[in-house]
Amino acid sequence: MTTTKSNRRGAAIGRRKVMAGAAAGAVAAVVPLRLGRAQAQKLKIGAILPRSGIQANFGQDSVRGIELAMEVLPGKGYAAVEVVHADNETKVDVGRAQAEKLIDQGCNLIFGCYDSGITAAVAQVCEQKSIPLVVNVAAAPQITDGRFKTVFRNFPTGPMIASDAFLLQKEVYGIAGKAPSSAVMLHANDTFGSTQKDASVRLIERFGMPYKFTDVISYDPTTRDLSAEVRKAKSTNAELVWIITRLNDAIMIVQEMVKQRWEPMGIVSTGPGPYDDPFLKQLGKLSDDIINMVPWFDPNKAMSKLMIAAWDKKFPDRTLNTSVSHSFEATLIALDAHKRAGSAEPAKLLEALRTTNIADNVTVGPAITFNANGQNEKTRNSAIQNRGGKLVSVAPASAAVAKPIWPMRAWNAR
Amino acid sequence: MDSVTIINALVSGLLTGLVYGLSALGLSVIFGVIRIVNFAHGELMVLGMYLALMLFRWFGLDPLWSVPIGAAALFVVGYALQHFVVRRVAYLPDHMQFLLLAGIAIMLVSGCLVVFGPDAQGVQLPYALDSFAIGSLIIDKVRLYAALAAIAVASALLLFFKYSSTGRAIRACADNYLGAKVVGLNVDRLYALTFGIGAACIGAAGCIILLLVQVHPYLAPAYTLLAFVVVIVGGMGSLFGALLGGILIGVSEEMASVVLQPSLKTAFSFGLLIVVLLLRPQGLLGRVVR
Repeated sequence: MTTTKSNRRGAAIGRRKVMAGAAAGAVAAVVPLRLGRAQAQKLKIGAILPRSGIQANFGQDSVRGIELAMEVLPGKGYAAVEVVHADNETKVDVGRAQAEKLIDQGCNLIFGCYDSGITAAVAQVCEQKSIPLVVNVAAAPQITDGRFKTVFRNFPTGPMIASDAFLLQKEVYGIAGKAPSSAVMLHANDTFGSTQKDASVRLIERFGMPYKFTDVISYDPTTRDLSAEVRKAKSTNAELVWIITRLNDAIMIVQEMVKQRWEPMGIVSTGPGPYDDPFLKQLGKLSDDIINMVPWFDPNKAMSKLMIAAWDKKFPDRTLNTSVSHSFEATLIALDAHKRAGSAEPAKLLEALRTTNIADNVTVGPAITFNANGQNEKTRNSAIQNRGGKLVSVAPASAAVAKPIWPMRAWNAR
Repeated sequence: MDSVTIINALVSGLLTGLVYGLSALGLSVIFGVIRIVNFAHGELMVLGMYLALMLFRWFGLDPLWSVPIGAAALFVVGYALQHFVVRRVAYLPDHMQFLLLAGIAIMLVSGCLVVFGPDAQGVQLPYALDSFAIGSLIIDKVRLYAALAAIAVASALLLFFKYSSTGRAIRACADNYLGAKVVGLNVDRLYALTFGIGAACIGAAGCIILLLVQVHPYLAPAYTLLAFVVVIVGGMGSLFGALLGGILIGVSEEMASVVLQPSLKTAFSFGLLIVVLLLRPQGLLGRVVR
């Protein structure tokens, strides 16, 4: 009997164990699934930016833009997300490898990459893996010429920047009442610089500018010395100097102009560099009066005011620039898509990104929307003038806060 | 192209070329005596640049005044490198020696990355943007000072090799290794001294070049390559050849920039290298080794 009871008890316990085991198994089967889904709901962004190399300064400012968005946007009803940062070292091959690594690590969306060449390479990886790529900064037209279906760019293309630069120059020259009759272009010969140069040279006739290019001089942006390039540009006696630079080359160009005692009517820039903190700090008064005709934020928009307030609080000693504002806004685009998709699944994110329509944004232009190729065609540029270490919007009139100083003042009269 | 631009370019190229020549002098000294091709040349120069940068930051010392300190510090590094490392692989085939020095170069770059980070850093001097004007000729003050410092260092080196007993002994080792041993010269010590002197030149060049260029760890390979081009054009092992090679490269780059396209200047200096290799493989002032 004992044996039987024992057996029965044992049998009963065995059944209970089986039942409990089955229940536990069912719970285990369901719970991880739910956890897995819950985890999948949280957006994991892989941000590939130049944190080192010749574009390190831009990459670090871009990271600040993401950080700023993560502080401001939860207060506007957007869910917090996880951001995994990767350094592309300003190298195309590294950027591509980082994209593959981040996607393998479970990132649902890729963000970046500041440099056009790197962005194009990362876009190929994202396309192969059907992962959305939200571009913060990159102007090469081929990124959104239709070859990629997973790329979304809220940054103007080279031709858009050039077109706006011509219009903005006309506005500036009209206000100042003085226009140059000749121009020389100095441009970095990387993907960004070359595509912008091509667009500017191609489009100048269409805009009926008061000047012609007397020379177009290309150089390697990693060069150690730009004295010869500036000397060649000076020999043209051009009244306008148009530069398309990165950072160190922009500093070197102005330094060489001062050393070679060259004082044209003015300098316009359609690239980064002259509006970046190291340029302003290193050159001091010599950085003044340069006009940047670049993608910018509209300081009068409500979201811009929030962004500026948060920036001034978090980075009081730094200047808010394109790298920051466009990274802020690219983060907004990603969070908005995540919110509307109700999921972090890449396919649903892609669907949501295609129907983006964000009116409460920071950059110049109407609401953010994307065309069939993933390009925001309506984003506009501003003319920003360097004034005493500050960046002042001088055109278009709708986003201007001051009148331009034109022609620029003599180097030793500042 | 107007003559004023051409003359300005020639003067600028000459000044830049003298600095190039000084930077290549160390490579030429080491190769001329020890017959070792120093693949860590640019990396040693970057060390000199960082040393000058730190002296500027800590004590406000103008990089020109850092030249003796940079030269002394790099002399110690070079002496130790030869005495403790290079000497021990001297019997190995050339390619293994190259690999050793390339390995040291990679270690130096990685070390600089860890200590100083990847970003470009430079010095801000009160005269950094000044220039002298002689009529329409404009001479960059920093470039002029750098070239004068390069001439001073190169002259000191040439005088040392010509008139000091140690310098003559080093030349004897270079001319006849076996003979130097037979007459009782301490060749190992002289080799270490030579590597030290070569490295001191590189350190001095690093301090001077910091006046013109911002330093970052990845700068080194470009300067190694430049030094190779300069000494191959001028003649491997010839001190005057290194200076001449530097001037030729500096002037030709500058002229290519103003007459042709600036983006062609590097291609132009390599074109010059190819021409010299085809027509005079030993370099302009080099000797034929039989």
